Amino acid sequence: MKTTSVVIAGLGGQGVLTSADILAEAAFITGLDVKTSELHGMSQRGGSVTSDVRFGHQVFSPMVPWGQADCLVVLESTQVDINRPVLRKGGILITPDLIDKKDLLHHRSMNIALLGALSRHLPDIAEPAWIQAMRAHLTAAIQDVNIQIFLLVRKSQA
Amino acid sequence: MLRLMTTDSRLLLSGNEAVACAAYDAGVMLGTGYPGTPSTEILEHFSYLGGKAQWAPNEKVALEVAIGAAFGGGRAIATMKHVGLNVAADPFFSVAYISVTGALIIVSADDPGMASSQNEQDNRHYAKAAGIPLLEPADSQEAYDLTAKAIEISERWHIPVLLRLTTRVCHSKSIILRKSLPQPPSAPFFQRDIKGRVMIPSNARGGHRKLRDRLNAIAAWNENSGLNIHIPGDPSLGIIASGIACMHAREAAPKASFLKIKMAYPLPVETIRSFVNQVKRALVIEEGDPWLVEAIRAAGIAVEGKAEMYRFGELNVSRVQRIINQDASPEPVPPAGKLPQFCPSCPHRAVFETLRDLNCIVAGDIGCYTLGALPPFEALDSFVCMGASIGTGLGLRHVLPAEQAQKVVSVIGDSTFMHSGITGLVEMVYNPPATGHVVLILDNGTTAMTGLQEHPGTGRTLDHKPTGKIIPEDLAKVLGIQRVHVTDPTADRDAFRQLLSESLASRQLVLIIARRPCLLAAKLIRKQGRDPHSSSAPKKP
Ligand SMILES: Cc1ncc(C[n+]2csc(CCOP(=O)(O)OP(=O)(O)O)c2C)c(N)n1
Repeated sequence: MKTTSVVIAGLGGQGVLTSADILAEAAFITGLDVKTSELHGMSQRGGSVTSDVRFGHQVFSPMVPWGQADCLVVLESTQVDINRPVLRKGGILITPDLIDKKDLLHHRSMNIALLGALSRHLPDIAEPAWIQAMRAHLTAAIQDVNIQIFLLVRKSQA
Repeated sequence: MLRLMTTDSRLLLSGNEAVACAAYDAGVMLGTGYPGTPSTEILEHFSYLGGKAQWAPNEKVALEVAIGAAFGGGRAIATMKHVGLNVAADPFFSVAYISVTGALIIVSADDPGMASSQNEQDNRHYAKAAGIPLLEPADSQEAYDLTAKAIEISERWHIPVLLRLTTRVCHSKSIILRKSLPQPPSAPFFQRDIKGRVMIPSNARGGHRKLRDRLNAIAAWNENSGLNIHIPGDPSLGIIASGIACMHAREAAPKASFLKIKMAYPLPVETIRSFVNQVKRALVIEEGDPWLVEAIRAAGIAVEGKAEMYRFGELNVSRVQRIINQDASPEPVPPAGKLPQFCPSCPHRAVFETLRDLNCIVAGDIGCYTLGALPPFEALDSFVCMGASIGTGLGLRHVLPAEQAQKVVSVIGDSTFMHSGITGLVEMVYNPPATGHVVLILDNGTTAMTGLQEHPGTGRTLDHKPTGKIIPEDLAKVLGIQRVHVTDPTADRDAFRQLLSESLASRQLVLIIARRPCLLAAKLIRKQGRDPHSSSAPKKP
């Protein structure tokens, strides 16, 4: 099994790190080796944030090398161009444009909606692992609506 | 996070959480430190697990408290970012000569690439300079295991141990298996050892010799310590690497032979010599300074290093590939991301607008407010290191012509003031410039920059419980500062501007405390029942 590399990008405060935590947790629950890498600090004050998640049988570096991401999820359209070079040839770009506004039941849930779209491209992680991971990383008050959004998007995109 | 713990104790943890987890599992009695990216979460997680964790006013005090705990026979850990070890360097060097009774672990979290630091100093130099054994984990499992190993080494040889992490170890998550770790051999108890612990010259001379003897013994032990791992592979390329660099290298050259060094000081020279003899090309892959390669060469072993350009910034798989290919051609420059900025209603904004409008010369400091150097403010003229604003402001005042000197203001955050600003005020009273001076404390009631930690001025402990509170205006009055003002800079902009102008014109020593809570901190303080583990901005969906 080859290592899968995902990069999640956006601006501080958009939920990049939470999305990465959920993806990593889902891979972890699946029983895979997982590594994540992210930068804290200055980047929290509205600056660019990226988080790398890699999973497979054995992962060495926690950082996704440029041009080798299988999937790139970008939460903010202005951040697409600066992150695009991380994607491999034929890699999958996931942006807010893909999301049908009627599926976005909560205005702060774009990150979860995009995870729903991403999940379609990650066959190694089954739906129950995603749901368990969201329950672990979202506060109780917002769990159900976010899981609903995740599933709507996961199923709506043919 | 431990609440996600599965029954078989397989956990997904960051390197920082793994260090905390090992410290907790090994019965560490006290964790002390000062916040600093990328080290901050170690103590927060230690506290979350139930360990006794404390923020000290600065790293020097933190290390001194840990030293005392180890003198008393307890297991203690002091955590800091790389530049924090500069602040703690005085006790760090001296304690190397002293026998510690319990375990003393110093964690330095280095920041190659400067994701959020003012320099990328390589603290491996400190291990050699002070004579303190150095352990370097490459992922969370190693962070866990080496924390336990550091305790073992410290207690066996009565020596402090430096655990050096880097950003991508601290803030990367990977899987660990939690173990049952050996517990402290005995309960704390004071045993007098004046010769061993009072570093007057007559005792310190013996202390230095004892240190070198211990290091020789540890060097011999390290040859078979099990900490330096030979991973057999194609002998045409042999890579010697430590820390995260080893992970990048194993991905970049999966077929190569590897010698992974987890304890680089004292160096396992014979282990390295025998590895080098078995391979055709021996290459050292290390992040930061050419520290390992120079140490190996000094031992008379011929090894290849990296081109000078790879001293700068972090390594990654692509850069390691280039090092292996001896490619020193210019690297593609990644596009710049969006710079961070003040939160929309940050109280620092009002202050920097005023400083800009009054065309002040601003001796700055470090915190969120350092963003005042960026457009649209560009109203912060220098930043050297924590606490330097007051000293550098005074120095400017002493030499500049009067009309410029009168425009100099020192600007410092509340946490930074507690850390190392107080001695600056003492200097100001003791050596006042002819034109007077104005110090502005930006008191937002938190250590915002590193993720909203408490400090002695908030009156709350690391885990947000009430405790003694230091009041800067009272302190300033006791020090004899003539004019002390406390004001909310956002309440009345014109009044604030006028106060600052008058202070500058007064030719007196003035302290203005601009007090207005950080909005993010205020929110957290309101919902006290919050998960103390998530110290940074509140969780988003
Ligand atoms: C010696 C040292 N220790 C720690 C740090 C990390 N650090 C940077 S700014 C800062 C404190 C910021 O708090 P404050 O001064 O209150 O300003 P704020 O961010 O709240 O505006 C810290 C701890 C550092 N740069 N240097």
